[in-house]
Amino acid sequence: MALDQPVAGDQTRIHDIGYRNYDGPRLGRSYATRSLYSQSLRGAYGLGRSVKSKVLPMLLFVVMCVPAAIMVAVAVATKANDLPVDYTRYAIVMQAVISLYVASQAPQSVSRDLRFKTVPLYFSRPIETADYVRAKFAALASAMFVLTAAPLLVLYVGALLAKLDFTDQTKGFAQGLVSVALLSLLFAGLGLVIASVTPRRGFGIAAVIAVLTISYGAVSTLQAIADTQGSTDAIAWIGLFSPITLIDGVQSAFLGASSAFPGGFGPSDAEGAVYVLVTLGLIAATYGLLMRRYRKVGL
Amino acid sequence: MLDPPSIGGVATALPQLPLFDLRVTPKDPYDSRGTPRRLYGLTTGVFHVTTVVDVTVIATESLSKRFPRVTALDRLSVDVGPGVTGLVGANGAGKSTLIKILLGLSPATEGRAEVLGLDVATKGAAIRERVGYMPEHDCLPPDVSATEFVVHMARMSGLPPTAARERTADTLRHVGLYEERYRPIGGYSTGMKQRVKLAQALVHDPDLVFLDEPTNGLDPVGRDEMLGLIRRIHTDFGISVLVTSHLLGELERTCDHVVVIDGGKLLRSSSTTDFTQTTTTLAIEVTDTDEHPDGTRAVREALHARGVTVEAGSGLPGAGHILLLSAQGEETYDLVRDVIADLGLGLVRMEQRRHHISEVFQDSDEQRKEAAVHGS
Ligand SMILES: Nc1ncnc2c1ncn2[C@@H]1O[C@H](COP(=O)(O)OP(=O)(O)O)[C@@H](O)[C@H]1O
Ligand SMILES: [Mg+2]
Repeated sequence: MALDQPVAGDQTRIHDIGYRNYDGPRLGRSYATRSLYSQSLRGAYGLGRSVKSKVLPMLLFVVMCVPAAIMVAVAVATKANDLPVDYTRYAIVMQAVISLYVASQAPQSVSRDLRFKTVPLYFSRPIETADYVRAKFAALASAMFVLTAAPLLVLYVGALLAKLDFTDQTKGFAQGLVSVALLSLLFAGLGLVIASVTPRRGFGIAAVIAVLTISYGAVSTLQAIADTQGSTDAIAWIGLFSPITLIDGVQSAFLGASSAFPGGFGPSDAEGAVYVLVTLGLIAATYGLLMRRYRKVGL
Repeated sequence: MLDPPSIGGVATALPQLPLFDLRVTPKDPYDSRGTPRRLYGLTTGVFHVTTVVDVTVIATESLSKRFPRVTALDRLSVDVGPGVTGLVGANGAGKSTLIKILLGLSPATEGRAEVLGLDVATKGAAIRERVGYMPEHDCLPPDVSATEFVVHMARMSGLPPTAARERTADTLRHVGLYEERYRPIGGYSTGMKQRVKLAQALVHDPDLVFLDEPTNGLDPVGRDEMLGLIRRIHTDFGISVLVTSHLLGELERTCDHVVVIDGGKLLRSSSTTDFTQTTTTLAIEVTDTDEHPDGTRAVREALHARGVTVEAGSGLPGAGHILLLSAQGEETYDLVRDVIADLGLGLVRMEQRRHHISEVFQDSDEQRKEAAVHGS
């Protein structure tokens, strides 16, 4: 056992092996949840991951901001007295980009953990199921808020540079922020619920796109039919059935937006209240479904 | 010539198949098995307190887990002390189920359990902060590096960012991952992946780790290295270990204590010295060399000269090349190793013929085994 006999006893052994115990702080469950949140938020833009996974989210972010920058440049150059697009309208116009973003990043956030069975590993840490769901939900909603609020910020800064009316612009900007915050929560919830059903990322992407585009396609077609047939009352009610028209309804009722519905027939105040309730209910429902989904994943 | 060879000598004689972990034997002066850890506020260094205090690390009391169609654990009562404990049982015996309950992730149907003195039913989060877990299945994302993954898992265990990075570097080094730790895990071999899984279980310096089938999928060399590492987790890091396997043979050499379960029931729980003290039959197979064209015979004669009776292993696969002898504890292994090294032969195989898991089951209630088979 010659090699096992350290010449200078313990000292040598300790030096050779160098195992150090950790007696620093252990920050526990809420810190772990925050760590998962920041890792997931960074991951939603490919940070801390391969170059390949940065391409799409970064590209979509740029695509979101470029039209805003152009509008601002035009407004400044032409000394226009208003921006060509309302703050609240911007996300509606750019909904395809937003849908693509949530379709690509929701599966990235949750399907990977399921597919590579990292979820059980998380639950062997101090966090609970609810912490995992909250961290993932908050991270994707934050990522979407960054995506949708950044162009509004570009518009707002540009509007101030173009010396447009400060009060008007600030009010519009604030209304826009509230609207995209709601949109971020709703889209993040829907995207995560759909993606968490399958460990296959491809299926997740396709399913999220399908749900968002099919519901919007069906709703806007039905609204157009209702409009041509003169049943304008139905237009607002039909709008409850797709995520983007839901947001449109909420903001045209309460956030000073002009409705993008056919003929501009947005919901009345009473109908608007239903829109708010349905939106909040849907967000809560996606959260509940996610909790149920992960309670079963266990180990 | 007559000097006992050093470990290096044996290692070169047996390059392809180091069957036994020669680094740690019960005579190892640095073996601290049985010593409780950090009870007296020691925070650094390898050796803690030499006083042997009987501390229970895991205790279960009439613990049962029933799934709709299977009873995975059946009134299991067992006490586990510090050190390396093997949990052995055939597939479906309930090993992973027990670990899930001990981590506080799955409620027991009846009975109770404590880990590090904390009740699993109410103190799950506190247990998981002080315990590490290496799952039996794959759990690594392929597109991140080992460093990134382990840092993240360290933070998930509550370590502040700087500590998480430092301990990740240390831990990956301890498990034997160096430059490759910056490359994506997808390109790793099974052995390297197992090391990453082990590192994430150790990175927060737990008091106890649960290792679920850590040798699964490894080749004999990888298996031996993993077993050596597991031994070191206790002797060098001072962390108690509960390690599962469906092979009793490999855990006997690594563990201080072995718990055997079958069909969710306790079959036996004993220290490994109990196992090795009962006479064990060793099977040996060696290579031939130019100097010793019949290596088997040369070994037989050399052992005979040292007073060890050797039989030919007739009736076994490769009979004629296999020698059987009865082992009296560790000395016999050392003797065989020395004799073979002196002759300059290569050791193809050295294994215990008794106490294979199947033989333990033969002693047990056959019906219970039937039930386990039907259950899975
Ligand atoms: N979630 C579950 N639902 C139903 N049966 C289960 C579940 N988990 C394990 N089992 C059953 O419990 C028994 C013990 O399983 P397990 O603990 O995984 O065994 P081991 O790890 O020893 O191979 C098996 O029969 C298995 O099929
Ligand atoms: Mg198992």
